[in-house]
Amino acid sequence: MIVLNVNGINRQVDEDPDTPLLWVLRDNLGITSVKYTCGIAECGMCTVLIDGEAQRSCVVNLKDVLGNKITTIEGLPDNHPVKLAWIEKQVPQCGYCQPGIMLQTVDFLSRKPNPTEEQINGAMDNVICRCGTHPRIKKAIQMAAEMTARQGR
Amino acid sequence: MNTQMTRRDFLKKSSLVIAAAALPGRVGLFNVSPVLAGVDIPFKPHAFLEIAADDSITVWVGQTNLGQGTHTGIPMIIADELDAAWEKVRVKMALAAEPFKSPVWHEQATGGSSSIRHRWDLLRKVGAAARRMLVETAAEQWQIPAEKCASKDGKVIHPDGRGLTFGQLAEAAGKRPVPEHPSLKDPKDYRIIGTQRERLDIPDKVMGKTVFGIDFTIPGMCVASVARPPHYGASFRSYDEKAAMAVKGVIKVAPLDNRIAVCAETTHAAMKGRNALNIRWSKGSHPDLNDDALDALFKEHLEKPASVAKTGGDVKKALAEAAQTIEQSYKLPYISHAQAEPINCTAHVEKERCRVWIPTQQQTATQLTASKLTGLPIEKVEVMTLPAGGGFGLRGEQDPVEDSVLLSKTLNRPVKVIWSREDDFANDRFRPASQCKIRAGLDKNGRVIAWSHTVAAPSVMSRLMPQYVKDGIDPDAVSGIADMPYSLPNLLVNYVMVNSPVTVGWWRSVGFSVNAFTVESFMDELAHAAGKDPVQFRLDHMEKDGRPYNILSLLAEKAAWGTPVPKGRARGVAVTSCFESFAAHMAEVSVSEKGKITVHKMVCALDCGTAVYPDAIRAQSEAGVVMGLSVAFHEKVRFENGGVKTANFNDYPVLTMSDVPEIEVHIAKNTLKPGGVGEPVFPSVAPAVANALFKATGVRLRELPFKRELLLKG
Repeated sequence: MIVLNVNGINRQVDEDPDTPLLWVLRDNLGITSVKYTCGIAECGMCTVLIDGEAQRSCVVNLKDVLGNKITTIEGLPDNHPVKLAWIEKQVPQCGYCQPGIMLQTVDFLSRKPNPTEEQINGAMDNVICRCGTHPRIKKAIQMAAEMTARQGR
Repeated sequence: MNTQMTRRDFLKKSSLVIAAAALPGRVGLFNVSPVLAGVDIPFKPHAFLEIAADDSITVWVGQTNLGQGTHTGIPMIIADELDAAWEKVRVKMALAAEPFKSPVWHEQATGGSSSIRHRWDLLRKVGAAARRMLVETAAEQWQIPAEKCASKDGKVIHPDGRGLTFGQLAEAAGKRPVPEHPSLKDPKDYRIIGTQRERLDIPDKVMGKTVFGIDFTIPGMCVASVARPPHYGASFRSYDEKAAMAVKGVIKVAPLDNRIAVCAETTHAAMKGRNALNIRWSKGSHPDLNDDALDALFKEHLEKPASVAKTGGDVKKALAEAAQTIEQSYKLPYISHAQAEPINCTAHVEKERCRVWIPTQQQTATQLTASKLTGLPIEKVEVMTLPAGGGFGLRGEQDPVEDSVLLSKTLNRPVKVIWSREDDFANDRFRPASQCKIRAGLDKNGRVIAWSHTVAAPSVMSRLMPQYVKDGIDPDAVSGIADMPYSLPNLLVNYVMVNSPVTVGWWRSVGFSVNAFTVESFMDELAHAAGKDPVQFRLDHMEKDGRPYNILSLLAEKAAWGTPVPKGRARGVAVTSCFESFAAHMAEVSVSEKGKITVHKMVCALDCGTAVYPDAIRAQSEAGVVMGLSVAFHEKVRFENGGVKTANFNDYPVLTMSDVPEIEVHIAKNTLKPGGVGEPVFPSVAPAVANALFKATGVRLRELPFKRELLLKG
């Protein structure tokens, strides 16, 4: 048995240590908000936070995250500025890519709490949203940044 | 009265009436049979609508949730005619059933921007009939005429101001007959249609709670990864079953005709086991097929005798008499749907029933496939449509249904088939590639007097709807040409069907997405040849004050066409009519000395009739621009050695954040029947950009995706 810390809870996993974290989260732990799309770290839909840093769980193996803190979208409070902004700006269409993009946003805003449009473009240029919600993602990121600043987080 | 009637009986009963009433020639689409609700639901006047004693209103939807907003738009229409309190409205996805079939197509499918377009009258009638039944119930209790009662926000209101909630009236209302011809609201009285609402499905999507097809699980389920031939017409020669079975979690290796499934306890084990098969495939039927061979095949077909898809006037004579003739060729590649969620389907075949859980765009086809493979009658096939991570037309295909049903039969347990991303690119049913040549004649005043257009392209309909292919013409392959928004005195549209092993399918806006690029680019070429302003030139060839004319005029006004353009930038326009809607785009671009193209701004104007849910329309319009630019600049599927070479997103780049321009959306205000939205907002994007790039550089890009290097030569 391997112990994995997900969203603040230690979970026991009986799985090959070389299994990608993506599949451990989805199939062993039933956390299906972490999405499979490309399997080669091209799209960003499987992004999770590992000790606060956005990483693509399809290319991180189980054995590499023992002792680390993993956060999925369920691990953010429902009133997290990023979640509230995503609803306020009515961002998702199909919604499949959004949890990964939101988690990447959390990491980005933790490093750049007051980003310029240019910085948003740069930070979000490596994720895919096939529906084309980009204009709204951009607005939601700006809004989340403002909300965070107001809350003094 | 049989109050024990089950929901299933109800659906069956109600459906028969719907289907009969939907036959051509009949006006009424609404089920007017007396409907008996189950004991737990006091008021269910139609398969779409339930009102409970606690005032909650449930709208059952049969359309797939692809994120397009119809799971909010459809309830908005019913709720408005019902005078419901919006906050009491919930939406639920229904099992596939007769009442959810399109009254136009007689099948349950989500495509062709038809969800609201085909059901506008039906949805309003459902709400209006229920409202009338509630009002009549209250009037009877108060012993006053129904006309004296008003309704608002989920209540029927007495002239003296007291009210009864819909929930209080529900049980008695459920005993009344459903009115056949309920009166519908005057558009000026809409309170929900046309207003801003939050999409009902967004909170769950943001919280990560939405269960997409790929996320679905059921006790006892296993997961299958299916290896399909990598080359057209190939079959397997040998494979290592032992190696696959040795992978921890693998349950079974199951050959299915030309493919091999590996079933396992987890997705990862299934995929790992499938890779361990080490399959040796035959070379297939077309080992020499590659990009160049396909290009040559299209070119060759363009010179072959064509079938006449449309002819009006005398093009030959008009061309001979023209003051100026212009001829050009255009080329578009095969492109992929590249939807986010890979193809998947879960099936459980039992003795007496078959259940299928799938993010499908074609519920009826799914039922038919499962029925055929199991031998069970259609009514024993339950299809539950799960939210889809994108679709764009691909999700009607039946491959995953076939595989999951066959495997569930073999393993005698529920099986979820999941495609890898590589499976998805290799087995996509691509948007057809297309090559065309156009010859047009202008008279001495610069008016188009002749247009001759020959298209060489594969046929989607030959595979999916062969009954509509007549005399060698696939109507989709020439859509947008034969019915372009211009009135031309002499028009000839020819089609040459290209047959190759590359399988093609429906792709957002179908033929329009291909042909709008060529028609609208060429129209621009003609405008410049005639020395006319591109907007005025188009207007001059349209029926004055028709809807295409008006939407192009609206675009010109909102985009301030004709006013000075910021230094270094240039503008272009394009316009289309499709799916009963009218769209126009203006692109503002610049090109640096090194050939770097920047799209600074896109303005979209859309006339989709009554704008039921404006924010969803805006969202779709923004999305149409993003996908349109992606296709214009990046997308092309590649082929080699008789199969698909493109394997994953690293060799199929799509548009990303830094290339998304400022997007402005303007929706025409009218109260006409709603037209489509998701598809009409796509086709005019790429030609508007090409036209702007010509204006900026003098170089005409006649091929997609754009070859930037051509601009440098200019």
